[in-house]
Amino acid sequence: MEPSEHLFRHEAGRMVATLTRIFGTHNLTLAEDVVQDAFCRAFEVWKVRGVPENPSAWLMATAKNRAIDVLRRERTARTFEPELSRLIQSEWTLTPAVEELFATSAIKDDLLRMMFSCCHPRLGEESQVALMLNILCGFTVDEVASAFMSTHAAIEKRISRAKKALASSKKLVEVSSISEFSPRLPVVQRALYLLFNEGYHGASPENAVRVDLCREAMRLTALLLEYPDGAVPATYALAALMHLDAARLPARVDDLGNLNSLFEQDRSKWDLKLVAEGQRLLDLSARGPELSEYHIEAAIAWTHAIADCAENTDWENIVSLYDKLVSIRPSPVVALNRAIAIAQRDGPERGLKAIHEIRDSDRLATYPFYHAALGEFELRSGGREAAQEHFRTALALARNPMERQFLTRRINACERGTSLPGVADAR
Amino acid sequence: MSEYVFLYRGGEAGRSPERVQQSMQKWMAWFKDLGQRGHIKDQGQPLERTGKIVKGKQKSVTDGPFAEAKDIVGGYTLIEARDLEQAVELSKGCPILEVDGGVEVRPVMKLNM
Repeated sequence: MEPSEHLFRHEAGRMVATLTRIFGTHNLTLAEDVVQDAFCRAFEVWKVRGVPENPSAWLMATAKNRAIDVLRRERTARTFEPELSRLIQSEWTLTPAVEELFATSAIKDDLLRMMFSCCHPRLGEESQVALMLNILCGFTVDEVASAFMSTHAAIEKRISRAKKALASSKKLVEVSSISEFSPRLPVVQRALYLLFNEGYHGASPENAVRVDLCREAMRLTALLLEYPDGAVPATYALAALMHLDAARLPARVDDLGNLNSLFEQDRSKWDLKLVAEGQRLLDLSARGPELSEYHIEAAIAWTHAIADCAENTDWENIVSLYDKLVSIRPSPVVALNRAIAIAQRDGPERGLKAIHEIRDSDRLATYPFYHAALGEFELRSGGREAAQEHFRTALALARNPMERQFLTRRINACERGTSLPGVADAR
Repeated sequence: MSEYVFLYRGGEAGRSPERVQQSMQKWMAWFKDLGQRGHIKDQGQPLERTGKIVKGKQKSVTDGPFAEAKDIVGGYTLIEARDLEQAVELSKGCPILEVDGGVEVRPVMKLNM
């Protein structure tokens, strides 16, 4: 039997979560070592004997046996929870106690507990996302660094600080307690949103990494939806948004490795299954009065998904959705996307005007697609030289070869004087 | 056909779950290929990386590990090949070589006179 794709990555999160519940958050490293050990055993045995019928159960049982060894060995050297410390002192109670802690019913919520614990309010959003990738998704520091296009040292520092914060929380968040669950839910949603966005819009040049991040975000969001307290309209909207955006992923990069904007994409490559699932989730999100930013973003993605080309898109609707989004979560990037929608609706001059009206536009100064949008609108209103200037600025800021290639094509377009039907937005 | 033992030395699985899985899948594919071509006599067993060493007339017992991690034998396979040259060729597909490990190819002594 072949192991399922990313089996180890996904099991890593579940196993670390369970072991951390048992050992305590201050023994996170110990939990990670036990998991590592279980993977090494699986590696050695499975490569010869093949993957067992139920690989998850095999791995968890191996981790359990290892945990018993560790508790026996470390019962005097380390501190565990008082209740556990008492039970592991005697051989009569040690094994039954650990068996109970590993019972299927006990480990059921561990991944969710860990997910909520990673979103520690004292941590910045970037640290929460890095920690989730490291602990829940089994990404090593190097893998997180390459996903974020950051250095090993920077990510290691961020993750080790985040782990300290986690360790100081003593216990994992108790997800069955609504008073612990509810306040942290929006933080978790936000972190999942950022994780997805990092994959979707992020700076990493490696396509495979990006898709992995999107997939992990969708997997964890699906887990959150399995819990009645987590399956609130905003979570459904978040899941809908991810599906509708992910549907466009196959068309974002063409066969030659070129990045294609929404306007250039071959829409026949959009994944209709994801669109359909996105629609189903969007319907489920429309319960109750709550209108979250995820609802609006999902509605925008939906409006794109049902249009057969850029010209036939309901830009009127998209502009009004961006107006709402600006009022809920104002940000220069949102305002930039709004300006792009206005240009589609009212023409490039109005688009330029909207861009110039963006407050805090200095925060977009290093964002290549800010300059690319300016270039595109100039080009479309006939200012070829000004357009080229903007594209050159954008090119200097480009973060990966795909972006550079995209912008070089735009600079060449200025020389030919041909503008694309669309704009620079790389969504 | 003659018999050969492949002894796998060193070659840690690494710390990344994704890498461990990829490496495992390479091993499985390699074994499958060798098996389909009729070269596997016995797929062998993985060995623990710890143990004891018993030595000399005093029968002194010491703990493993016995050598540097890179030299520890982690498992073995019994292979059938035409000759040593072919056995060596077969060993070159072993995924352990990608992670700084090595394969020791040893002919099994023929006892029939």
